[in-house]
Amino acid sequence: MENLLNIFIKSIFVDNMIFAYFLGMCSFLAVSKKYKTAVGLGAAVIFVLAVTVPLNWLAYTYLVKEGALTWLSPDLAGVDLEVIKFIIFIAIVAAFVQLIEMVVEKFSPSLYNALGIFLPLIAVNCSILGAALFLPTRDYNLAEATTFGIGSGVGWFLAVVSLAAIREKMAYSDVPKPLRGLGITFIIVGLMALGFMSFAGFKLPF
Amino acid sequence: MSTEVIEKTVKEKEALLSKKRKALVTNPLDSDNPVTIQILGICSALAVTIAMKGTLIMAFGLLFVVVMSNIVISAMRNTIPNRIRIIVQLVVVATLVAALDQVLRAYVYEQSKSLSVFVGLIITNCIVMGRLEAYAMGNRPWDSALDGLGNSLGYAWIIIVIAFIRELFGAGKIFGFQVLSKDWYVANGFFATPAAACIILGLIIWGLRARNGYSED
Repeated sequence: MENLLNIFIKSIFVDNMIFAYFLGMCSFLAVSKKYKTAVGLGAAVIFVLAVTVPLNWLAYTYLVKEGALTWLSPDLAGVDLEVIKFIIFIAIVAAFVQLIEMVVEKFSPSLYNALGIFLPLIAVNCSILGAALFLPTRDYNLAEATTFGIGSGVGWFLAVVSLAAIREKMAYSDVPKPLRGLGITFIIVGLMALGFMSFAGFKLPF
Repeated sequence: MSTEVIEKTVKEKEALLSKKRKALVTNPLDSDNPVTIQILGICSALAVTIAMKGTLIMAFGLLFVVVMSNIVISAMRNTIPNRIRIIVQLVVVATLVAALDQVLRAYVYEQSKSLSVFVGLIITNCIVMGRLEAYAMGNRPWDSALDGLGNSLGYAWIIIVIAFIRELFGAGKIFGFQVLSKDWYVANGFFATPAAACIILGLIIWGLRARNGYSED
């Protein structure tokens, strides 16, 4: 349990998707103009990460990893499908996103209107595929992988919402013209990343 | 016979490297740069730029994937059903990236280890998908190839400039060679952090936009 809590806190603050790895920057910059849209996409990212990371973990452990197919028959112990892991991961993410889009559209039109435009964006959000690609490099079990997925999502949510809040306030400041928009946003993200660096080495005391 | 005639008329209509086609390559370098103007492909621009060597490999990798996927999708553009086009595009791109990853592992293993997940993340690099959606889905293969070339070069020079600054000040090195002597230069750890990449990119954008007279709002 402590282990899970540690992974959760670590993936929110220390290994923050945005400030430590810069994953999902494109949509991060695109939707952080308004606080409301940022909350919408942030929530969608948490949800998609919480589901696709365990799915990808299952696919990786029981399908792709070297010797993963032994549960089918012991003869397949030497099979290593590592080569096609990209295709498997992105197929799972894209198919899942398409699936929720259809389910949400059918059962909750109001939620669909709120999230609608963001869902297709998520399929190509680097943080979703990035989280999947981190799995082979870290020895997580299923519970840990799920926690890591949710934590990463919460970290992304936190980052995008706080940047949106800062950008909304910035409407009142007098920024040099060519620096307006993207330029100043990058400098702010840099400063926020410096702030988040103070979490490095942070560990729960148990 | 008939195909020859068609090819001839096409050629007469437009030279292989006409003015319009040159603009396809040169515009993304400056006034329509994918990173600074279109805001695409930022993730890897920031994450891989800690040293020149890895950055060059990343730039070539992206060039290969963008040009090849533009050609393939452009050649198939009339047969792809509109509803599932994103998945078709992703599969093509993912296949190219898997091939690239194998080549990198075979020839530059150390570098491919240090680039870790970022080679795989070329799949979701917005430049790739952005060019496929915006250009290759509606244009001929040769034009699409040029468009991909221009955009990936526009991306390449930005990340190479960032990597140059970061490696020079962050470690006093260029391509791993000590340029600023350790006797009098103390490596500035700030430039090795991701935050520095953000701030440098912000300043580059400022400079380029001031030059082009481009501004948001």
